[in-house]
Amino acid sequence: MIESKLKSAGKVIRRDRSLIIMIFPVILYYILFHYKPMYGILIAFKDFSISKGILRSEWAGLKYFIQFFESPFLGRLLRNTFSISIYGLLWGFPAPILFALFLNEMKNGFYKRLVQTASYLPYFISTVVVVGMIFNLLSPQTGIVAKFIKEFGGTPVNYMTSTRYFRTIYIASSIWKGFGIDSIIYLAALSGIEQEQYEAATIDGASRLKQTLHITIPGIMPTMIILLILSLGKLMSVGYEKIILMYSPAIYEVADVISTYTYRKGILETQYSFASAVGFFNSVINFVMLVVFNKISRRVSEISLW
Amino acid sequence: MKVIKKCMSTGDKIYQGLSYGATFFVLIITIYPFIYVMSMSLSSSTNVLNQSVWLLPKGLSLDSYRIIFRDKAVWTSYYNTLWYVVVGTSISVIMTILTAYPLSRQKFFLKNYVMAFITFTMFFGGGLIPAFININQLGLFNTRWAIVIPSAVSAWYIIIARTFFKSLPESLFESANIDGATDLQVLVKIVIPLSMPILSVLVLFYAISRWNEYFSAMLYLVNKDLHPLQLYLKRVLIENSNEYMTNNPALEATNVNAVGVTEQIKYSLIIVATLPVICVYPFLQKYFVKGMMIGAIKG
Repeated sequence: MIESKLKSAGKVIRRDRSLIIMIFPVILYYILFHYKPMYGILIAFKDFSISKGILRSEWAGLKYFIQFFESPFLGRLLRNTFSISIYGLLWGFPAPILFALFLNEMKNGFYKRLVQTASYLPYFISTVVVVGMIFNLLSPQTGIVAKFIKEFGGTPVNYMTSTRYFRTIYIASSIWKGFGIDSIIYLAALSGIEQEQYEAATIDGASRLKQTLHITIPGIMPTMIILLILSLGKLMSVGYEKIILMYSPAIYEVADVISTYTYRKGILETQYSFASAVGFFNSVINFVMLVVFNKISRRVSEISLW
Repeated sequence: MKVIKKCMSTGDKIYQGLSYGATFFVLIITIYPFIYVMSMSLSSSTNVLNQSVWLLPKGLSLDSYRIIFRDKAVWTSYYNTLWYVVVGTSISVIMTILTAYPLSRQKFFLKNYVMAFITFTMFFGGGLIPAFININQLGLFNTRWAIVIPSAVSAWYIIIARTFFKSLPESLFESANIDGATDLQVLVKIVIPLSMPILSVLVLFYAISRWNEYFSAMLYLVNKDLHPLQLYLKRVLIENSNEYMTNNPALEATNVNAVGVTEQIKYSLIIVATLPVICVYPFLQKYFVKGMMIGAIKG
């Protein structure tokens, strides 16, 4: 019995051997660059020192987690991370949907193509350039925003070092960068809706707005829900790449999030174990949230990621 | 169709007007910043300083470009970026195809396991610090490979490419296999020629992300001679470094307004760093939209 099973397994392996060889480098890649760092999370529970390595460093138990929970910055980090992503979601989630719906109302032609092409443009611009442009456009000395404010009799302030404006600037520029490319997914969903439904509705005298509300939006609802689950699962993860470029100690109060804190503590101050503990805490929250929201969605709407 | 047109009510007209208004607004906010930056970079430095430029360049001047192009560090970083783009994209595309193709084959007995193995990394990872230590331990720190290898493959693009390959008829592969073609021959001779749309998507997206990347370079590259353009931009645009001023022959040659030019160089650098991207992507647009849609159907 076992012998015949082994035999058939051997047969399958021989049949697929070239496929196995093809995929082997990527498996190795995932082990080395994705799974090995997961094993590296161990240093969050150890007093890691580079000379001793991961295995031989002393165990520290939950010391670094406790240090983080007792840190005076914990509240600020959680608050900033959460509020940046919740406001980001509130403004950013509807943006590509509205844009796709508006595009859907337009006749195919040069203008529509122009708008679409332009809307994808910001996605291809690097974060450094986007932030650089923000600094330039908002510069109180030479920026265009300051120019208009002066013209209308106001006095421009330094927006980039003001705690009042950071979140707005961060969220608005993120939406600017992403709404076009994100709308493609909705346009794909829109193109999947059967034309007969619209024709029938038109014959029944439904206006375009009514058609949007009763045919289009229900038609793209599954896509919306999937993307919403994905975004809700990311509520506690705000990336460091852009904030690192935008913030300064003057606005840490509103701009410092868990990931940027991890970066400063770990990379700049080389507190590897402590920073890993903070990072691990964050990834666990993210993972749990994704699983929870996925489960809720499966209950409520029978739509889920897995 | 004529009947439908006649039926367009006032409400419909308002709705359509609103759509045109909103999309026009979108057009302005996406394009205007680039026009402004372009005009600032081309104006004379006095006009940049007294803020009289807002749409078209005033007092045409190429001084800032002259200074940029006489700075050796700009050329070095441009070359480095090209290296990362060409080498990185080649590695990424080849590895993505070599993964996506086996995973798209019905018969492949490992496909579900490998898929789960890869997808899991989309939702959970070791995080920044363990990854950083890992790169150090592997001896990649301060080498070009630290930029192209650790982020070589994206699970998301593997899924997109696999979905595309799956849409090709399985019978095509099977009959080739029966005729004695190996899987590698099937991939090279049958699958790849049929996959130009998805290949261009992979090339475009990997190349753009290499072009735009600064973070891993900032983490792993100490040696300035290896720095990509984005790090140079970061130093000048964000940290207000004026390193191009030292030993720059263009500064002595032209009698420039130093203060105005320091401001202006930022605008010119933005143009230098983004113009290639702006010129390339509209031509590839139809492919990446298609590619995103393939991904969307599955994802």
